[in-house]
Amino acid sequence: MDAVALARWQFAATSVYHYFFVPLTLGLSVLVAIMQTMYVRTGDEQYKRMTKFWGKLFLINFAMGVVTGIVMEFQFGMNWSQYSRFVGDIFGAPLAIEALLAFFLEATFLGVWIFGWDTLPKKAHLASIWLAAIGTNLSALWILIANSFMQQPMGYTLRNGRAEMVDFGALLANPNVWVQFPHVMMAGVATAGFFVLGICAWHLLRGTYADFFRKSASIAAIYAAVGSLGVGAVGHIQAQHMIQSQPMKIAAAEALWNTENPASFSLFTVADEANRRDVFSIRIPRGLSLLAYNRLDGEVKGVKQLQTEAEAKYGPGNYVPPVAVTYWSFRIMVGAGGLMLLLALLSVLLVQMGRLHTTPLLLRVLAPAIALPYIANSAGWIMTEIGRQPWIVNGLMKTSDAVSPNVTAGMLAITLVLFVVVYGVLMGADIYLLRKYAKAGPAPDAPTQPMSVY
Amino acid sequence: MDLNTLWFVLIAVLFIGFFFLEGFDYGVGILLPVLGKNDGERRGIINTIGPFWDANETWMVTAGGAMFAAFPGWYATLFSGFYLALALMLVGLILRGVGFEFRSKDPRPGWRNLWDVCIFIGSFVPALLWGVAFGNIVKGVPIDGSMNYTGGFFNLLNPYALVCGVAGLALFTLHGALFLIIKGDHEIADRARGLTRKLGPVAMLLLAGTFAMSFKATDLFARNASISMIVAVVGGVTLLAAGLLSGQKRDGVAFAMTGVTIACSVVSIFAGLFPRVMISSSNPEWNLTITNASSSQYTLTIMSVVALMFVPVVLAYQIWTYWVFRQRVTTPTSEKPA
Repeated sequence: MDAVALARWQFAATSVYHYFFVPLTLGLSVLVAIMQTMYVRTGDEQYKRMTKFWGKLFLINFAMGVVTGIVMEFQFGMNWSQYSRFVGDIFGAPLAIEALLAFFLEATFLGVWIFGWDTLPKKAHLASIWLAAIGTNLSALWILIANSFMQQPMGYTLRNGRAEMVDFGALLANPNVWVQFPHVMMAGVATAGFFVLGICAWHLLRGTYADFFRKSASIAAIYAAVGSLGVGAVGHIQAQHMIQSQPMKIAAAEALWNTENPASFSLFTVADEANRRDVFSIRIPRGLSLLAYNRLDGEVKGVKQLQTEAEAKYGPGNYVPPVAVTYWSFRIMVGAGGLMLLLALLSVLLVQMGRLHTTPLLLRVLAPAIALPYIANSAGWIMTEIGRQPWIVNGLMKTSDAVSPNVTAGMLAITLVLFVVVYGVLMGADIYLLRKYAKAGPAPDAPTQPMSVY
Repeated sequence: MDLNTLWFVLIAVLFIGFFFLEGFDYGVGILLPVLGKNDGERRGIINTIGPFWDANETWMVTAGGAMFAAFPGWYATLFSGFYLALALMLVGLILRGVGFEFRSKDPRPGWRNLWDVCIFIGSFVPALLWGVAFGNIVKGVPIDGSMNYTGGFFNLLNPYALVCGVAGLALFTLHGALFLIIKGDHEIADRARGLTRKLGPVAMLLLAGTFAMSFKATDLFARNASISMIVAVVGGVTLLAAGLLSGQKRDGVAFAMTGVTIACSVVSIFAGLFPRVMISSSNPEWNLTITNASSSQYTLTIMSVVALMFVPVVLAYQIWTYWVFRQRVTTPTSEKPA
């Protein structure tokens, strides 16, 4: 494998791995803050136990998100120095602001929260988890402002051989940010909802700590439903936006080889990617037009036409992303999301009827369903980043021009193996701990011991 | 002051904050197996930095982000150039951060020892490598006309840079020991005090050695000589003062003094570098400077506004946390994982 391929594999491996922990941090920080708010407002000790139990699982997950995030920050400079030089004037700013506005908030106040149970007044302690949760979600906003520039560059000019910022406001107002950020936030809510719901289901099946987990499940079911509905609704708007801003990504995600009006929607396609044609395809007539424009006609451009347009604009080359990967990652994401919506709504319904804990069939499904948001989250990013290829910055810089010229394939292979091994071992330890604490259930209501935090 | 200079200064400030704060928690991590005789003591030692280490590490993340935003050329050259060293540092930081969080979560001795080793390695390796990195930055490394580092991994392991690394390691460890005298359980504090008596002179010697070698290996004192040299000497004096004050059990001031020594080292380095950010040993024409490695004036303006608005806020709430958790941490007696 050459250096570009290895650098891409390294980015894929480290970012998907990092993103294994991020959505749960985003969603669970807010959920734990909500639980603690209920405790402070009602004085009900059960909510305090919930805060502590789910908070502990949150912290085990959080540590992994933090340390793998540092790798992401270093990686742009280490593996992608040409990229860093080309977009640093724009891309560096949101990253620095993310650290200053978000990471400090999250790291400082999480420390306060962990150690402050007995030191701080109740309300100040509650404020600390909210500040940490806000910091966490703010960090998502700033990193997505940076990522949105790669998807849909705005507020820049090409000068001095690089992209330079000319309008910070345009960078922030980038419409891509305001579909991508709510999508990611809602995915975090859904992930946390399913994580909590799945663990509740496991205990409800066994009847352990029944009261505690029934109460947790009733909150988590609503949270999962809000997240699943939100992520789907925003996702729909996001896809409609993408038809305008990144038509090639959509064409690939739909395996739409030729421009169609009205455009059909592919339910299942086996394609001959090399020759850009279908081998076998089941399609819903007018389906894609309906999704794209909320009406039964309207042109959606196909891969071949977009390739021709791109060649006219950027010169000869292949401007088509890997279609099969984009197509299937999109479908896996949407499929998992659909299942999540179904399960979440069903859970809310049964909770309302007071029958969730007596419906073993659903409970048995909910525990393994924890995997669904993880599958959807990973597939979503794979679609987003692979579907943008061959560009690293859409229309401005190709991925193949972005790598560090002085970093050899050998060096990349060494660090790739290093990260994969370390990450693999840590994943084992992380899952071991999460399972152990999830199965153990909440601690008896003992006085808190700040000394035993670590 | 023009914006390029302002950002050069701001990045120096971020590194001062980072080395001052993370310096002592690296030191605490390094001293963990030395001063903690059993599991309870080791937990007590970790708890002295428990609420702080993550926020301290954020200073590094912010310094990196600021470098990317204000001097993308510097960020790109440094990070791609010091490639394998940074990869090792990353692995260290990963093991350390996870270690803090995971160690208490299982009572088995094997599990605890494993993460204690990770915390030690994860503190030791970065504490050493930051000195090596800055040693190489001031000494100069092979950089070509396209701002790319052309040396290999072993170019970075030259005697001067290694002495800088060991000196930094000793200084951070001493800084951590002084922190433990203030914050640790009384027994731990006594052991830390005993250790500083031996470690103090070693750190002093190493820093003096670095200072002497810098005359030959670098041009730190040849340029902007007054500032760099005076500041370096002040740093030496405060280190001596730290030793004397610690002897008189004026521990808070002694800790502040090693902090000043750390700050002086950073100022001395940055003053000596100015206006360069990376020195090319291949050709002085290929140096990276605050001008040719910087972002546009527009970006620097935006970033200045953001930094001047939020750095004071961050400082204020971070200082508040040290006040909240100001009491001495005692060694826990009961062994119950949280």
